[in-house]
Amino acid sequence: MKKHWYDYLWVASLTYLVLGFFNILFAWLGLLCFFIPLIISIVYGSKGYCNRYCGRGQLFSLLGGRFGLSRRRDIPRWMKSKWFRYGFLVFFFAMFFLMLWNTYLVFAGVQDVRQVVTLLWTFKLPWHWAYHGTLFHPGVAQFAFGFYSVMLTSTVLGLVTMVLCKPRSWCVYCPMGTMTQLICRAKNGKV
Amino acid sequence: MEKANKKKRRASVMEGACVACGCCVKVCPLSAIQVVKGITARVDPGRCVGCGKCVRECPASVINLQEVRA
Repeated sequence: MKKHWYDYLWVASLTYLVLGFFNILFAWLGLLCFFIPLIISIVYGSKGYCNRYCGRGQLFSLLGGRFGLSRRRDIPRWMKSKWFRYGFLVFFFAMFFLMLWNTYLVFAGVQDVRQVVTLLWTFKLPWHWAYHGTLFHPGVAQFAFGFYSVMLTSTVLGLVTMVLCKPRSWCVYCPMGTMTQLICRAKNGKV
Repeated sequence: MEKANKKKRRASVMEGACVACGCCVKVCPLSAIQVVKGITARVDPGRCVGCGKCVRECPASVINLQEVRA
């Protein structure tokens, strides 16, 4: 099958993760992965982002598929249930807003920047080597640390389910995927 | 006569459980499966030859091969 430019977006996803190890402020670029799918689903009523442009999905496909790093087993039934998918969406957004609250506290001067990346919402990894100060407010850096935590956590989860189940198992419970599907449902009704 | 009874296989999507990720679309060699309005994947019965690539690829395992009369 003919390859298109968007079939190589996994390079962008991989680069994003690598850049976060050098300068945390690059984490801001990850907002593209939030806004583009939302805009596509709201404007066009489709999951064009998941279907075509998701670099993370492509990365899992490549690692789990071509590189064979996946057991290729069926995902557990509970993991594809609506309860889990919607529950994970709610949990993910609760954690996201908590991160925004922490950012606000830094902007408000109540809290200092924490130079850590929180993995799986629990483990605080020192990440000071990737912070070289900012021209802007320290809150900008705090958001970057928080957002990179979100992106790294979801990548790790995706990698674990890639190995244990099928390569793109992350797509089943990806909060952005669930949300854009809900938007498409609301916009298009039944099909 | 024998040919008329021969069973053909065709992919079928459990639409209620589909996450519309589009993995199946990418692997279908005949473009016989599409994601409809971002809600679910759907098979074009006229095109599908039942090769099973989408069944193996689907991360949610919601595509099956079903036998249909040829």
